[in-house]
Amino acid sequence: MPAASLPTLTPKDFASDQDVRWCPGCGDYSILAQMKKVCASLGIPRERFVFISGIGCSSRFPYYMNTYGFHTIHGRAPTFATGLKVARPDLLVWVITGDGDGLSIGGNHLLHALRRNVDIKIILFNNEIYGLTKGQYSPTSRLGTRTKSSPLGSFENPIRPITIALAAEATFVARTIDVDVNHLTETLRRAAFHKGSAFVEVYQNCKVFNDGVFEYTTDKEVKSDNVLYLEHGKPLIFGKNRDKGIRLNGLEPEVVELGKGVSVDDLIIHDEKAAEPTLAFVLSRMYYPQFPEPVGVFRAIERPTFEDLLNRQVEDAIKAKGRGKLEELFQSEDIWEVEEAEANGPTALD
Amino acid sequence: MSATAAAMTMASPSKQRRIEERPEVVIRFAGDSGDGMQLAGTQFSNVSAVVGNDISTLPDFPAEIRAPAGSLAGVSGYQIHFSSYDIYTPGDRVHALVAMNPAALKTNIKDLEEGGILIVNSDAFTTSDLQKAGYKTNPLEDGSLKKYRLVAVPITKLNREALSDLKLSPREVDRCRNFFVLGLVYWLYERPLEPTLRWIKEKFARNPAVMEANIRALKAGYSYGETLEELPVQYRVPKAKIPPGRYRKITGNEATALGLVTAAQLAGKTLVYCSYPITPASDILHTLAEMRRYGVLTIQAEDEIAAVGAAIGASFGGALGVTGTSGPGLCLKSEAINLAVMAELPVVIIDVQRAGPSTGMPTKTEQADLLQALFGRNGESPVVVVAPASPAECFTMIIEAIRLAVSYMTPVFFMSDGYLANSAEPWPIPKVEQLPKIEIQHPTEPNEDGQFMPYKRDHRLVRPWALPGTPGLEHRIGGLEKEDVTGNVSYDPLNHEHMVRTRAQKVANIADEIPPLSVVGPETGDLLVISWGSTYGAIIAAVERAQRKGLSVACAQLRYLNPMPKNTGEVLRRYKRVLVPELNLGHLRLLLQGRYLVECIGLNKVQGRPFLVSEIEEKIHELLHV
Repeated sequence: MPAASLPTLTPKDFASDQDVRWCPGCGDYSILAQMKKVCASLGIPRERFVFISGIGCSSRFPYYMNTYGFHTIHGRAPTFATGLKVARPDLLVWVITGDGDGLSIGGNHLLHALRRNVDIKIILFNNEIYGLTKGQYSPTSRLGTRTKSSPLGSFENPIRPITIALAAEATFVARTIDVDVNHLTETLRRAAFHKGSAFVEVYQNCKVFNDGVFEYTTDKEVKSDNVLYLEHGKPLIFGKNRDKGIRLNGLEPEVVELGKGVSVDDLIIHDEKAAEPTLAFVLSRMYYPQFPEPVGVFRAIERPTFEDLLNRQVEDAIKAKGRGKLEELFQSEDIWEVEEAEANGPTALD
Repeated sequence: MSATAAAMTMASPSKQRRIEERPEVVIRFAGDSGDGMQLAGTQFSNVSAVVGNDISTLPDFPAEIRAPAGSLAGVSGYQIHFSSYDIYTPGDRVHALVAMNPAALKTNIKDLEEGGILIVNSDAFTTSDLQKAGYKTNPLEDGSLKKYRLVAVPITKLNREALSDLKLSPREVDRCRNFFVLGLVYWLYERPLEPTLRWIKEKFARNPAVMEANIRALKAGYSYGETLEELPVQYRVPKAKIPPGRYRKITGNEATALGLVTAAQLAGKTLVYCSYPITPASDILHTLAEMRRYGVLTIQAEDEIAAVGAAIGASFGGALGVTGTSGPGLCLKSEAINLAVMAELPVVIIDVQRAGPSTGMPTKTEQADLLQALFGRNGESPVVVVAPASPAECFTMIIEAIRLAVSYMTPVFFMSDGYLANSAEPWPIPKVEQLPKIEIQHPTEPNEDGQFMPYKRDHRLVRPWALPGTPGLEHRIGGLEKEDVTGNVSYDPLNHEHMVRTRAQKVANIADEIPPLSVVGPETGDLLVISWGSTYGAIIAAVERAQRKGLSVACAQLRYLNPMPKNTGEVLRRYKRVLVPELNLGHLRLLLQGRYLVECIGLNKVQGRPFLVSEIEEKIHELLHV
């Protein structure tokens, strides 16, 4: 995208004139701030950005961005984004969704957008709760989560967003944390530059209905023992003293301490470009407290995008047989001529 | 000597055939789903059109892809009405029925007129096939068919004989039986073989054995006609008086697809057609998917909701977003359509209606989605609704639907149905350069003091269609109520009322530019028959007959259901009584009575089948005490 004559944009240029109405302390504020920063840094004119959302707290996001935006209906944002991207491959299309919007009511569309590899960036704010409807358990709520609709504790097995995205053949899958500002920025930037569907799960704190659910990943005292930063080509090492790692035992990952007969060479080396998502899948199944939870890019591979393949069919068809003309189209079936002189039938009958 | 040659010899010119002239004929081909009856019917109707008859056709096929062979559920039929005058329907009573097996006979015989010609494949009336069709005795032998002119032909045997020296499997040989019977019927109605021979040669160019087999079967059937003792007659249907020009045959679904491609070119836009497979709308998707060369983009979505979502997304980006479905799919699309109402984006929703509720009868026709289209969404949700009256009219009305959608920034429903979708009629091929362009303007500059106001309206109350990618016009739209002019989210009570009324008025304003309702027949009188959608053909045929009998009756066709033409109430009041025939329990009647306070009489049929002309005619006679 040409950026030569582009005036330098700042995060402020991406702020709309609307009052932001999330609850004080909501993790969404941080995501919004980093998003403006990332958008300003991409070298893409502001009018080329479109933010599309569904329904939920996170889905108010487009109103706060001074770009094109479409606040659509519950769970369906990827469908609108797909139609838009097909019609307008020149736009940078972001989808903002949440765990209820994207994985419950909209689960189907998420799967298919990722499977098709439509070039859209799907940012899923996962707070493990329904916030806008005032606190019901969501498809990512942990077992036992007590909410207004699960007063005795949720007994439904939660869904893992990253696992789902990988299963849906997503070409870019990442996870980050709302208050881990630098990591969040870098992850959004990588998503923006990925050609194809990008899926980013953001751990996002809901101050009002599910406060502290990700505290083990944000609390300074414990987070380095609970978060594993994925880096392509690097061994999986974590811990305050960077003395722990992840090793494969058969098909199962295990936490090991370095030293005591275990060296860095025994650890899994992260490979986000692996053709098969097997390793990424293993990583996606690592959950606190048995494991540190991986953040960063699980998978980043290249595959042709939906809109490119579709538009290529048009180009190829035109190349092969020439651009279709309506006159030909109308006459593609058997035609016949009726001439004036021939008509001789009666006009009316009983 | 080959069997064909034998048949030729038998057709000795010494036997003089009587030729009778008929103004119109209705024939129906019926057989098992695997018997190729759709193909036989299509060929017959093509040939009839080419020789200058007016035609109207109606296929009737089962929902099952392959029901058990010989079963009643597996019967597939194709009806052709061809004539020497202007016709509007595929015909009421069948003059000639081809029944390839007992099941086909059983399911179709009730429609054959008394004295009608009944051609059966007598080889298929075996004990087991009779049992499958539920016959206790063989109807060919028990006298139950004596009302008809029965022509029992051992089609299987004769066809095998004709093809005996070809290197084909028995199965391949039997597959040619449809061409044998087609040949026989061609002989009976003096149809030329050449167009079908041409078609066979083209179709089977890569399979010379099958090509030869089908050609022989067709010719053998034709020659066999000459020898028939039971039918010492041939029928001649003279050419119809049809306006001069170039024609082709077209079904409603084909006309809809062609109309969409045409509208896109007239608007200078990319068509993005998004659909989820559903009977009887899928053919539109199939047809458009083949049109990449015309710049058409199709998306087979993961579900009905995704289909309409993608269509609206495409429209947001400045393309022509269209979605097509049938009733059950329409139910799923309601919420997204409402978003387009709220955001005021153009989208066209094609509803090829079928018998409901729920899954209903997928391959059978009905008109029972009208109220759903008008009212099947939460809140005050005004939409435009148009309905084509005939298969060919799908072309012009879908272009009109697109024009209204982009011109008024609104969802537009296009109400086709299973009958329009699949039945065919001649279509005068339009001259592309004579079709009016669809004018669209996208703003490029701010519209108020250097700022862009996405809901600042023109005199018709239409908002601007500003496209993402336009510098300086960045704005947000969505499903939340918005402040007038700015489009910002607003919960202000008076603003909400203002916006609800504004959206309604915008759609109502369309009445200013649509054609007034016209009548066929006297301007005032005893009875007005008013209708919408596919019932038009049967109604105008019945009304014209009644008029020729001197009855004071007129008919009017509503092509715009919302808004309705401005003079609708006035037209209704000019007649002593108003009859509203519909393939539902009274949707249009409810609307007319509610809006215009004119009492309407319903004629309602919900059998999954179109009206017969005679049904409308009888009701007219009843109301006028004839």
